[in-house]
Amino acid sequence: MTLSREQVEHVADLARLALTDEEKERFSEQLSSILEYAERLQALDTGDIPPTASVLPLENVLREDKVRPSLPHEDAMQNAPAQRDGYFEVPVVLEGNG
Amino acid sequence: MSDLAYLSIHEAQDLLRSKEISAVELTQAVLERIYALDNAVKAYLTVAPDMALAQAAAADEARAKGAPELPLLGIPLAIKDILSLEGLPTTCGSRILENYVPPYSATAVERLQAAGAVMLGKTNTDEFAMGSSTENSAYFTTRNPWDLARVPGGSSGGSAAAVAAGMALGALGSDTGGSVRQPAALCGVVGLKPTYGRVSRWGLVAFASSLDQIGPLARTVPDVALLLAAMTGYDERDATSVEAPAIDPAALTADVRGLRIGVPREYFVEGIQPEVEAAVRAAVDTLVALGAEAVDVSLPHTDYALPAYYLIAPAEASANLARFDGMRYGPRVGGGELWDTYRQTRGQGFGPEVKRRIMLGTYALSAGYYDAYYLKASQVRTLIRRDFDQALERCDVLLAPTAPTTAFRIGENVDDPLQMYLQDVLTLALSLAGLPGLSLPCGFDGAGLPIGLQVMGRAFDEATVLRVAHAYEAATEWHKRRPALGETE
Repeated sequence: MTLSREQVEHVADLARLALTDEEKERFSEQLSSILEYAERLQALDTGDIPPTASVLPLENVLREDKVRPSLPHEDAMQNAPAQRDGYFEVPVVLEGNG
Repeated sequence: MSDLAYLSIHEAQDLLRSKEISAVELTQAVLERIYALDNAVKAYLTVAPDMALAQAAAADEARAKGAPELPLLGIPLAIKDILSLEGLPTTCGSRILENYVPPYSATAVERLQAAGAVMLGKTNTDEFAMGSSTENSAYFTTRNPWDLARVPGGSSGGSAAAVAAGMALGALGSDTGGSVRQPAALCGVVGLKPTYGRVSRWGLVAFASSLDQIGPLARTVPDVALLLAAMTGYDERDATSVEAPAIDPAALTADVRGLRIGVPREYFVEGIQPEVEAAVRAAVDTLVALGAEAVDVSLPHTDYALPAYYLIAPAEASANLARFDGMRYGPRVGGGELWDTYRQTRGQGFGPEVKRRIMLGTYALSAGYYDAYYLKASQVRTLIRRDFDQALERCDVLLAPTAPTTAFRIGENVDDPLQMYLQDVLTLALSLAGLPGLSLPCGFDGAGLPIGLQVMGRAFDEATVLRVAHAYEAATEWHKRRPALGETE
């Protein structure tokens, strides 16, 4: 299994990661060798084995819909890189509605 | 000064209760040791003397007033910098959270504080707990107190080094694939990864949510039991938190007569340092001499744990770390177009190992590869769980080395991710199975570096794991050795 530079660029795009040329080069090499190592899983016959996503028997957890104290607004905003009027300020998300 | 700093939690409690020492004196002694040694060890990312001394003074005041005795009243502890502690920075060892200060504390931290503990500060970690040496911290590499040229293990290397160096009486770490047990082994302290679900993960910055568990580190088994007992219990803020049987620290003093101890043959394979194998086999003999029965067992899918883990954990990480986008916290890079701001913020904020795992996980989950990688690994995870179920049907606990080697040199494995991943080869399978495991000192190699013994147990049966570990500790002297650090000064 080798990961081409184009594949690395595609995955980086999916993951929203800006990579330098040197990183693309290195990741192509390193990820290929890790995936090659992972190939050994294919040797196992897992045809009818159910997958484990969690070791616990998960159930939906419900609670009463009661009003309770929550994180104060200012505290929730305290780490914001940009804010205006008590909102997180972000670059334009939807174009053309200005 | 260093004598106070090297008290066990239980010893310190006795002196505090009889008022031979005060919590302020104890905290001051530990802080002085941090000032004297941490320039060399680099265990702490943040030391909080004002917070610690204020909490210690409050503990002394509560005791003077005759308030009900709390299990950790006045005990100074360190917290891995991936757990939220209100008012102190939580960086996760990453630039992307460089100035982040959480507005709340993790449940586990809250519970330790409710039990009276004093918070010394935050300890170094591989970035987002991804690593086995702290070399992936964006800030600096922590040194092993037994040999400053070597790594302390990771990712909870700062916590393990702080405890080993007398710079905290105990600490919290987190363990996703071995990140409490392996540094405990490499630093010669005791570290426990509880059963998945026992300790609330609320306030622990998520790496791989189906694997992450918070675990305590300390210098003795009873101390680790005490810290676990203080943190354990259901928390409605973590949907995977379980109301598990309580830990009774007194019950762990029972002997091991008649217990069946499984020795999985796949854990003694090539690549294990001969001194590590010899020390662990001698530990089995010690327990047999104490009345336990040793049983040869097989965990046939052990070899597949590493590749399965390195698909599952990165897959979960790639989703969990999507939240670091420069919008609500952390530095924002760029600031022009949204998409590009995400890419620049994440490209500059994350270090190489985190990027590597996000890439790997994104790929394993992407269209066309999901079945071959993520699904396959999740099926193999089931086979690994069945291995443990079968072995633990016949045995009360399993014994193995914690890490294949003693502490390696700083820089030795940094250029080869696979070689670094092999550090976790003996701890990953248990994590995939969600079971509890503890590492405690069982010897030293020729270079004077500590060796860790791993005790693995049944789901929510930490009591038996602690009992076996305690019996071994009580019969041996390894845990009494201290690194020579600072004693020549």
